[in-house]
Amino acid sequence: MYVWIWRHLPGPLALKLLQTLLLVAAVSLLLLFVVFPWIEPHLPINQVTVPTK
Amino acid sequence: MSEDTIVAARAPAPGPPRSSAGDRVRFLLRGIGQTLITFGLVVLLFAVYEVWVTNIFAHRAQEKVYNTLQHDWLTGQDPLALPGGKVSAIPVGTGIAVLYIPRLGAGYHFAIVQGSDVPKDAELEKGPAHYADTQLPGEIGNFGVAGHRVGKGEPFLNIDKLRSGDPVIVETRTEWYVYRVLGKPAGADPQDNAAAIPVKPHPHDPHVNRVPVSGREIVDPSDGQVLLPVPNHPKYSSDNATVALITMTTCHPKFTASQRMIVHAELQTQVHNTKKIINSGALPPAIETLYQEVNG
Repeated sequence: MYVWIWRHLPGPLALKLLQTLLLVAAVSLLLLFVVFPWIEPHLPINQVTVPTK
Repeated sequence: MSEDTIVAARAPAPGPPRSSAGDRVRFLLRGIGQTLITFGLVVLLFAVYEVWVTNIFAHRAQEKVYNTLQHDWLTGQDPLALPGGKVSAIPVGTGIAVLYIPRLGAGYHFAIVQGSDVPKDAELEKGPAHYADTQLPGEIGNFGVAGHRVGKGEPFLNIDKLRSGDPVIVETRTEWYVYRVLGKPAGADPQDNAAAIPVKPHPHDPHVNRVPVSGREIVDPSDGQVLLPVPNHPKYSSDNATVALITMTTCHPKFTASQRMIVHAELQTQVHNTKKIINSGALPPAIETLYQEVNG
């Protein structure tokens, strides 16, 4: 997959590196600010309450 | 993802017309390897999110609640002084009091927000949240507060560091309530270290006027009895309670939901709060000395 992406990035090496950096940043931001906040409440971590009834 | 990798990696390779079985195995293994590495990186990023990104948002939300509460107090409004003192009338998510725990540092303070009957994620992200159907600060019975242990502002991250006798201070518009973690002697490990809490005798047990409650306990996630007016003693109703307690709940062990860590403290003293004190931003002398006590 990574090889395939690398081959399809246009331009010389420097430009490819820059695009790679942007892609990594985009995926990280998507995970940090969209995917994780959405998925987190469904995970069995960080539950801090006990029932009161 | 691994299949994509194989197809993708093979497609543009014009080299030898036929790929040998060895090539195919190599592509397959590479695909699996890349998938696993990717998965590992995503999990790592999730850890970063939990312990860092959630804190940024939570601290911002907490600051807002805290500032609103201070502003309300200085303009003569007290969320706790609503008509009839009804808890249900306090809007969920608003600040009601400020929590100080000297053992956790001089700068440690969190606005406690009003929660639902069982505080929800949205409330807990703002700060430690009050279980709405437990008592209010200073009231006879049990003032229940839930807080996050890791991430989301992590107000209760180091709550396991509390020792028996440590002060837990709750500031409201009108009072500073000083609770002490249960268990004896002062400075001892409060884990399953029980203090005898005075109660009004139950008709079935007319001679029992004290019952044991631990300073700290680890319980099952379903164990709501820790929040009763007389914790862990369901026989006694709020009518039987004679002392004011605070009970803090958080997750245990860190990062999991498998158990809950519970800390109980009993109201010992209280000091009047005034607008002058609130405005000065300084602690009353009687509260200030509690910090020296823990540091000394």
